[in-house]
Amino acid sequence: MSAAPLPVSQVALNVFSALLEARTGQRIASYRSWRIDTALKPLLRTHGLDTLDQLVTLLLDGNDPRIGDQIVDALLNQETSFFRDAPIFDLVVEAVAGVEAAGRRPRIWCAGCSTGQEPLSLAILFAERVDTGGTMPEIVATDVSDAAVARTRAGRFNQFEIQRGLPIRRMMRWFDADGDDWVAKPELTRSVAVRRQNLVSDRPPAGAFDLVLCRNVLLYLSTEAKAEVFERFATAIRPGGTLVLGAGETVIGQTRLFEPSRTLRGFYDRVAVPAVQRRVA
Amino acid sequence: MKTCLVVDDSKVIRKVARHILETLDFTVTEACDGREALEACLVSAPDVILLDWNMPVMSGMDFLRALRESAIPSRPKVVFCTTENGMAYIRAAIEAGADEYVMKPFDRDTLESKLQIVGMA
Ligand SMILES: C[S@@+](CC[C@H](N)C(=O)[O-])C[C@H]1O[C@@H](n2cnc3c(N)ncnc32)[C@H](O)[C@@H]1O
Repeated sequence: MSAAPLPVSQVALNVFSALLEARTGQRIASYRSWRIDTALKPLLRTHGLDTLDQLVTLLLDGNDPRIGDQIVDALLNQETSFFRDAPIFDLVVEAVAGVEAAGRRPRIWCAGCSTGQEPLSLAILFAERVDTGGTMPEIVATDVSDAAVARTRAGRFNQFEIQRGLPIRRMMRWFDADGDDWVAKPELTRSVAVRRQNLVSDRPPAGAFDLVLCRNVLLYLSTEAKAEVFERFATAIRPGGTLVLGAGETVIGQTRLFEPSRTLRGFYDRVAVPAVQRRVA
Repeated sequence: MKTCLVVDDSKVIRKVARHILETLDFTVTEACDGREALEACLVSAPDVILLDWNMPVMSGMDFLRALRESAIPSRPKVVFCTTENGMAYIRAAIEAGADEYVMKPFDRDTLESKLQIVGMA
């Protein structure tokens, strides 16, 4: 028997959406209220609460600073899979080929890496090329969620996660079984540096990047928040470097700092623009 | 439309798999064991075979070896779908010529993803 949905009061919705948007830029209006119910149910259980209104009270009491983080973590959409939109990964290799040819080790930032499937897919692809003389780029993976950061570091996946997008031969080569889970080999996790970083309020990881992947992260950000994130990306990506967004996401009409790549679809080139012209009028 | 042969001695699994495959636009046929599956393939080979391991009469492995040695002109993709989830089993299946491997229990996303990987969805 499935439990009846929890009543979601408007007050609770307002508080949670304000919290999530303030912390991450993500707007909850785009989620339906059942998602909030489902997402927060485990948290209610952990704290022995019955309703979302009680959770609001606990949050506003301010006695436990972790509650806010836990709510934000639970509300973030962390949907991902290995080799999501698979053709993109080969294009990433192509996009950094020039850097490699110039004798430099490419630097890639995976922004909004969720539970690690995206940076590990990159690591697998590049590691397999090392056998034939390719270089392993420096891969930095970040996410605002502590839980996501911890999971990316651990590289541990359950049976459902490991079977989404990952060809069996790659699983055999790059993962070890541990109970019912599958754990990425240390050589793989070692090649990804993982940090917590909030795209709307924290500085990007240090140094200039050749390519930034930020897929399926900015979808629910307001136009202003998006423009700010693009500004940050522009400081993090070297001129001529590349920004990769998710399928159906674009920079067009949002910023002048990036232009669609002439050669690679869905890829955007960092262009040099005078500061005064940066924002789209 | 693409065709898929579901080989499993469990009626429930065949039904679940059929349902998912039909929503993915496959024409589905069924077999209860390796022998039945081999006979079906000799008549008309499907594009892809979803194959259980442990079955009476003829196991999935014996079927796969027989299939790969048979004179069937087409080369159906073979996706194992089994509760044998250890690395040794997976390796044996791939070495015997399986194209992909689904560890049970599976859901729609898993099946769709694996069929995409073998170029079938
Ligand atoms: C839907 S997942 C996408 C994961 C992966 N990039 C992919 O495409 O499969 C979005 C991720 O972005 C993270 N995220 C959301 N807002 C963020 C922010 N302001 N700063 C950093 N990460 C954020 C979420 O925690 C989540 O892990």
